[in-house]
Amino acid sequence: MAGSAKGSEMPSGSKKSKKQAPPKYLLEAINIDKNFGDLKANDQVSLRIEPGEIHALLGENGAGKSTLVKIIYGSLQPTSGEIRWMGRPVSISNPAVARKLGIGMVFQHFSLFEALTVAENIALAMPGDFDMQKLSQTIGRVSKTYGLPLNPDATVGDLSVGERQRIEIVRCLLQQPKLLIMDEPTAVLTPQEADQLFLTLRRLAKEGCAILYISHRLQEVKDLCHRATILRHGKVVAEADPRTETAASLARMMVGADIKVVRPAKARAGGKVKLAINRLGQPALGPFSVALHDIFLEVHEGELVAIAGVAGNGQAELFDALSGERTNPRSDAIVINGTKAGHLGVGARRKLGAAFVPEERLGHGAVANFVLSENVVLTRHNVEAGLIRSGLLDLTKAADVSARVSKDFDVRKPRPDPEARSLSGGNLQKFVVGREMDRRPSILLVNQPTWGVDAGASALIRQALVDLARQGSAVLVISQDLDEIFEIADRIAVLSRGELSPAYPASELTYEAVGLLMAGAHEKTKSSKGERHAISA
Amino acid sequence: MQLVLERRPERSKSMLLLSPLLALLLTALVGGLIFLFRGLNPLAALYIYFVEPLTTLWSIEQLLVKAAPLILIGVGLSICYIANVWNIGAEGQFTAGAIFGGMWPVFFPEFQSFPVLPLMLLFGMLGGMLYGFIPAFLKNRFGANEILTSLMLVYVAGLSLDWLVRGPWRDPHGYNFPKSVTFEGWQILPTMGTTVHLGVVIAVAAALGLAFLLDRTIKGFEIRVLGSSPRAGSFAGFSRDRIVLFCFLLSGGLAGLAGICEVASTVGQLQPSISPGYGFTAIIVAFLGRLNPLGVIFAGLILALSYMGGEAAQVTLGISDKIAKVFQGILLFFILACDTFILYRLRLLPRRPAAELQPAE
Repeated sequence: MAGSAKGSEMPSGSKKSKKQAPPKYLLEAINIDKNFGDLKANDQVSLRIEPGEIHALLGENGAGKSTLVKIIYGSLQPTSGEIRWMGRPVSISNPAVARKLGIGMVFQHFSLFEALTVAENIALAMPGDFDMQKLSQTIGRVSKTYGLPLNPDATVGDLSVGERQRIEIVRCLLQQPKLLIMDEPTAVLTPQEADQLFLTLRRLAKEGCAILYISHRLQEVKDLCHRATILRHGKVVAEADPRTETAASLARMMVGADIKVVRPAKARAGGKVKLAINRLGQPALGPFSVALHDIFLEVHEGELVAIAGVAGNGQAELFDALSGERTNPRSDAIVINGTKAGHLGVGARRKLGAAFVPEERLGHGAVANFVLSENVVLTRHNVEAGLIRSGLLDLTKAADVSARVSKDFDVRKPRPDPEARSLSGGNLQKFVVGREMDRRPSILLVNQPTWGVDAGASALIRQALVDLARQGSAVLVISQDLDEIFEIADRIAVLSRGELSPAYPASELTYEAVGLLMAGAHEKTKSSKGERHAISA
Repeated sequence: MQLVLERRPERSKSMLLLSPLLALLLTALVGGLIFLFRGLNPLAALYIYFVEPLTTLWSIEQLLVKAAPLILIGVGLSICYIANVWNIGAEGQFTAGAIFGGMWPVFFPEFQSFPVLPLMLLFGMLGGMLYGFIPAFLKNRFGANEILTSLMLVYVAGLSLDWLVRGPWRDPHGYNFPKSVTFEGWQILPTMGTTVHLGVVIAVAAALGLAFLLDRTIKGFEIRVLGSSPRAGSFAGFSRDRIVLFCFLLSGGLAGLAGICEVASTVGQLQPSISPGYGFTAIIVAFLGRLNPLGVIFAGLILALSYMGGEAAQVTLGISDKIAKVFQGILLFFILACDTFILYRLRLLPRRPAAELQPAE
């Protein structure tokens, strides 16, 4: 492994005497464990933050970043482990305690009242009494000092996303934090707004406020942060100085190249195109939605194509566009088995032979309080002969299908026909995937096929996906799990900020190359300067 | 010690049945207290209110007649509420049904043969559907909140009826009373016994029909899916807008049918007031019946009893029959409160140590 992760420089914590002052570290989280049932969200995680440093917390989704941050901010309690604040052990039992210590947090999703003014929103978060007049002045002063222009009397509903974020930051700054936690702050910002934010953060750091910066935009982290702690599967895998690393080496630490399994492509070349996406584009639906730009992809029969990318880069939007939950005015944007289908809804696309498995199992792929046989009806009511006869449900038939799926996909369940919510995540995922596979669809689209699923179920699902492709179907998988992608895909494309790279044969790609594409190397539209640098890094 | 509400892993099947009974019990308890404060013997008063109306054949027939509109409207509303469509304006659709169906006897008082009755019922239903269409359209087209629009339309319908019977539709031979002509002969629903009319049969048939629709048909499936998980509904290819429209047309139509049945039987003509608030009481009926069409039949009978009891209380105890409204309000309050226990349970916990900083050493 080149570009060494400086994992060995982690101090062991016990060397330091508690009486010694001033403490070197502002915050130390030592050997934090956090279990959710069988899942180890944090496994012996240690994190040390010095005063005045901008410290990046890196990791893929599900790596345990947000669990760790919630523990530091007091909204979760660790199963075991210790937290020290300025050298002294503390128990942060809730966010109010964290704020009292001097920890502030800016969340990715804001909690603001749109109908109130900036000052009123900030007043709501202030403890104790306040003088509205004075508060407005303070807001004006603080926002000017830190380059966060804000009009205290503006109504929040009229403000842009960047301005709303400034309110959240100012709200934290008024409490004079010593540590500011920023959760994916640039995810919702334009490049210009992001640059402005970096100036503010650098200034804060210079004044001694430490910043814990959570992001998966590697170039940003390289430009901004002094140190980085990298998490994978709930463990700290490395501590590094991002300034001396490349985006590629950081990506490698994040995704873990050591478990790489490259699988020779066995797909027949030159099969018929079953699913074609032609210059698919659509605007974003809201501030937390991603626009899709000019997406082109062809999936042939007998082939499994995977789309990699960090969550929140348009995966959900692409899924909805392909499934027909969001239709496209251009009918030729999506061609299913030779039929133009861009304008067709999800039912019509199923009739053309396509099947879909969404990321969210409960509430999207299945209804929690419906039994499994009813959940069979959910996606097969208009493609399965006999399930519906002249408007009447045939629930015995549905129960037959449910039993067959359960047998073929080893779905373990407490009763013959239980409510969907009573199944474990892995078993429900096997059911939801099996329900579609059982149709022998000629095109299958799966979003995050093994998200939160145990190893056994994951292996079964992956094998089934590969088998379906080998039997002549076109399979398209959207996944954040690079190991999974390299294990099953014949070709790989990468989605970043709503743009899809060309699909390359998996045998020609390395983790580094995919990591660079994930950082936006292929993007054509004006992206942030930082991300453009990623190509040359 | 501290009382906490704790979420159950699954909905409790027994609470699903127990919750309305618990609500009835609590309502009787609070009702008893109210009687006590009025200086009445609570047990005797509760007997007069809840039991006496069941002791004669005549009053049982009355009970069925009063339950009919409640059930007819209540089953329609149940379907709406299952689909998460909040039609609060059944009273208006009821009135619109009465007006539309009442057109036939008002304009053609001489029309005295069998066809007039089905025509009246059909128009009553159409009137309710048209009136239900308005909030559905406003919701689908402009995203207007159906709770507000349907509720406001209640008053529009009520005032329209008022204007009609005081103005253009007033009976020319009615001594200037604000009433239309009296419906007669074929314009009146046939009865069994002394007062039980066809509307009772229609109500029970509607409940059975909708129970079947909900359980056995793809339409019912669609309604249940969209109500419990809109995202899964759109993934299944069902349209939310279409269900909003369907629910409003269905419940509006049934409320309209209840309206024309009421004026073509008990009331016998159009007049400013044709309902003691059936459209609103039916909301309570729907919830007391667990949004289950068969449960609604029983709930309709219980709420009808509350109207009967109100009248009995007025006659025998000398208190206002508005007491019926008080009882209905208390009942709805307790049903909604008790429903909490379907998905939650109460637990006593020892008080948690105060959350605060605990510096070690």
